[in-house]
Amino acid sequence: MLATQCLLQSKPKTMEVRVDGRLRPGVSAKDMILAIIAKIGVGGGTGHVIEYRGEAIRALDMEGRMTVCNMSIEAGARAGMIAPDMTTYAWLAGRDQAPSGDAWRDAMGRWHELATDDGATFDRSVVLDASEISPMITWGTNPGMAIPVDGRLPMSSELPDASNERAYAYMGLTPGQLLLGQPVDVVFVGSCTNGRLDDLRAAAGLMKGRRVASNTRMLVVPGSQRVKRDAEREGLADIFRAAGAEWRESGCSMCIAMNGDTVASGQYAVSTSNRNFEGRQGKGARTLLASPLTAAASAVAGMVADPRSLL
Amino acid sequence: MSQPWTPLSSHAVLVARDDIDTDQIIPARFLTTTSRTGLGTHLFADWRYDADGSAKSEFELNAPSAAGARILVGGRNFGCGSSREHAPWALSDWGFRAVIASSFADIFRSNAHKNGVLTIALPDATLAATREALQIDPHAVITVDLPSQTVTLPGGIDVHFAIDQFSKRCLIDGLDELGALLAELPAIREWEAACGH
Repeated sequence: MLATQCLLQSKPKTMEVRVDGRLRPGVSAKDMILAIIAKIGVGGGTGHVIEYRGEAIRALDMEGRMTVCNMSIEAGARAGMIAPDMTTYAWLAGRDQAPSGDAWRDAMGRWHELATDDGATFDRSVVLDASEISPMITWGTNPGMAIPVDGRLPMSSELPDASNERAYAYMGLTPGQLLLGQPVDVVFVGSCTNGRLDDLRAAAGLMKGRRVASNTRMLVVPGSQRVKRDAEREGLADIFRAAGAEWRESGCSMCIAMNGDTVASGQYAVSTSNRNFEGRQGKGARTLLASPLTAAASAVAGMVADPRSLL
Repeated sequence: MSQPWTPLSSHAVLVARDDIDTDQIIPARFLTTTSRTGLGTHLFADWRYDADGSAKSEFELNAPSAAGARILVGGRNFGCGSSREHAPWALSDWGFRAVIASSFADIFRSNAHKNGVLTIALPDATLAATREALQIDPHAVITVDLPSQTVTLPGGIDVHFAIDQFSKRCLIDGLDELGALLAELPAIREWEAACGH
């Protein structure tokens, strides 16, 4: 890479994930991508690069689009992308490394040509209806093991193979049970998946005037030093601190059990990160992946909670 | 840079699970090294060792029959999760030269091929039969002939496997992709110039 500015890649297959309609209140980009992975599986995108399209994708802001694309890897895909549009250009305009003046106009012209043509065909297509997506939460040990937050865990008879039994044993959960009301030891808001300013705004909006439950520890870790500064300027950090959450330096932190931030063995963590594999957040740690809103609602309740009940 | 490929014939370790992710292959706390050697001790650390560091006898890598194996047999979607070059490093340092599964995560497969570990994807039914054979006889030998892309499974069944020709050449010659990219420098410069960089 340093020698040539190039990375050798073989041409991947193309996959379209189209999300029609509009997301309902309390449902975010994270819920959308968890629903997509639950539908196609953690190997569903293998060999492909995914292009996300459709009305619900177009309606996402840039940060939501980053959340969706970030978790393409969790669907097995090599990468995920969304065609540039006015939302993209508005986000880029004026940023440190963005071109300006004539160069900006030229760049917009080039970027505009990158979008997939109407009527293009894909090697594989998947379609979802955004209005049918609920806040999602994972119950198992890979990101495809997700259910609506108010749903019941799948019964053994519905499970395809033994890895699910192993997941139930590791997670200390029972087929058919509800996750709602499951006590939560740790809530982690952060990571490259959900550590951006909008994520922190969503969580802070729900936390404002509320407190983290006494049985729960909440860590809020901004995705970068810039996000940290912006969040402090907006007063988000004060909201988290007043609620009894820990406001931390930016970094990977509890997503990958770094910097001493680990979940103890057997403890449950609602985490806005992207991976819930065995031991990912600490040896024996039990990770429940969810959106910043669901994480914040669960921190307040001290148990898995549906953010729609607190909006 | 890996060693050039040599003929491979070995018994195998069977880890009969699907979706084996890179956090299991090498947990993140061991990623503090940029050296390719020494990671074999941490391979599958959380499945392999108890909290006090003693070996879990029930884990497949700790079975006496695992000693000296050069081939690992897994399940579906092997190597999913974090992109982590340490995963093939750990496999290779333990002694594995090939992983057989019914499918691989893209990034793992590419990392493996760049680090001298061959991935062989077999049809589900073939893999299931292989797993059964290995359960019956953990010492059964598997032979891999990379030039002809043939794997000889227990019972003497020959199965052809697919691999892209570039990875195959790199594995056989023990090369990495930098040399191939450097050969394309004139084309790269031309493209950069056309972009106005």
